[in-house]
Amino acid sequence: MADSAWVPDLATSVAATRDAPRHTAVVRVTHWITALCFFALLVSGVEIVISHPRFYWGETGNILTPSLFDLPIPSSRSTVPTGYAYVLSDQNGWSRYLHFQAAWVLVLTGLLYVVSSVLTAHFRKDLIPVGTDLSWRFKPPAEGDAWSYNVLQRLTYLFVIFVLFPLVIWTGLAMSPAVASAIPAIVTVFGGQQSARTIHFFVSVFLVLFLLVHIAMVCIAGFRNRTRAMITGRIGTYKEHL
Amino acid sequence: MTSVSRRKWITGGLTATAGAAGLAVAARLANRYGLIPPDYGSLYGAGATLTYASQRLLTRHSMAREFPRSLISKDPFPNGDPPRDEGFRRLEAAGFADWRLSVEGMVARPASFSLADLKSYPQRSQITHLACEEGWSFIAEWIGVPLSHVLDLAGILPQAKYVVYFSVQRDWWDSVDMADALHPQTLITYGMNGADLPVGHGGPIRVRVPRQLGYKSIKHVSRLLVTDSLKEYWPESSYSWYAGI
Repeated sequence: MADSAWVPDLATSVAATRDAPRHTAVVRVTHWITALCFFALLVSGVEIVISHPRFYWGETGNILTPSLFDLPIPSSRSTVPTGYAYVLSDQNGWSRYLHFQAAWVLVLTGLLYVVSSVLTAHFRKDLIPVGTDLSWRFKPPAEGDAWSYNVLQRLTYLFVIFVLFPLVIWTGLAMSPAVASAIPAIVTVFGGQQSARTIHFFVSVFLVLFLLVHIAMVCIAGFRNRTRAMITGRIGTYKEHL
Repeated sequence: MTSVSRRKWITGGLTATAGAAGLAVAARLANRYGLIPPDYGSLYGAGATLTYASQRLLTRHSMAREFPRSLISKDPFPNGDPPRDEGFRRLEAAGFADWRLSVEGMVARPASFSLADLKSYPQRSQITHLACEEGWSFIAEWIGVPLSHVLDLAGILPQAKYVVYFSVQRDWWDSVDMADALHPQTLITYGMNGADLPVGHGGPIRVRVPRQLGYKSIKHVSRLLVTDSLKEYWPESSYSWYAGI
């Protein structure tokens, strides 16, 4: 009967699977570790980018060459022409340490999640959009919806897991002179180290946009219930709710 | 206590013991094969160690990317100002004829080389990236003598683990492990783009480590120290020691 959990909008299946957790322990644990790592990567990434808020295409770029675009923010380096009269403090030391430490935890957590999800058929059952009941339309969530995802949610999660995260890791590695020395194609496919940096920035922006929409959707769907489901695995019934 | 939970306790205990023993063996092996960076004990030591160990395994024989002459940057950015003190100016005015590079520490024959000495040794020229940790970069042709050649002349002692290189500028030095010190592309650079190395780019001598970020390429170098410990030579900056990222 556990299989019926993925059939949405069916009150019977919802009732029948109440005992099974909404999210498995692996999904819940990896979700929160990823959330913590993403926050660390975002804060440290912002700190790193303000030391040179200019972007280029190709192999090289510096303040003596024209940029592709500049972020309209002040910099933590006095050498960067930003138009601001002040220079922010240099936080790159711990930021870079934290960025790569969090990246390692994120990558290892992601591997655990992907391997476990293949083994437990989480992708097939919960994320790959199949079935006739799936709808593209956004509608206020019914109680049964708390047990499944619609097509747009499924495609978004798959895009984040299999496109954005791999790409942000890949472009991050492509900026490493040591990794590029061992595997030059990791950076040449993007047309150069500065192109990889620029793509890394845009993918990060997309990930932040996803995070904002994700949080907004959780709020619309019921912040307490959805967050509880991701922490304890259980969804409160309407009785509990009232 | 039921038998199931006792079994769980036993298997759990065995797993934990095996895990701890496995970690201890892994740590010993990693140390033996030079996979532990000197800043492994810091707050971010776990990440730094994973990066260093995996890159050391991945890049043992790898060469930094080299580029065609057409990709040499027309506007290489010289970050920072050259020394302005009287001593440096006098040396510069004399074409650095009196510049010396000393090699000390764990070497059989401590030595001191002039710029002319260094230029008389087998020359290597390579067109590589200089990528700053801030995010900017340029490509230039770097001309010099491999650091390994100079270290061979001095004769490194077997216990040596690191080479520290000091700028004449105050409190400015950095260090590499022997893997990078002996790497064929690690150069004692005295020329750039077919000319003498400009002082803005570290003239007369800059140590270039092209498989690591720019901050490992110290300018105006006058002293090399071979050592087995970095305790006394820890950089003042809070930056990660290994910069292959």
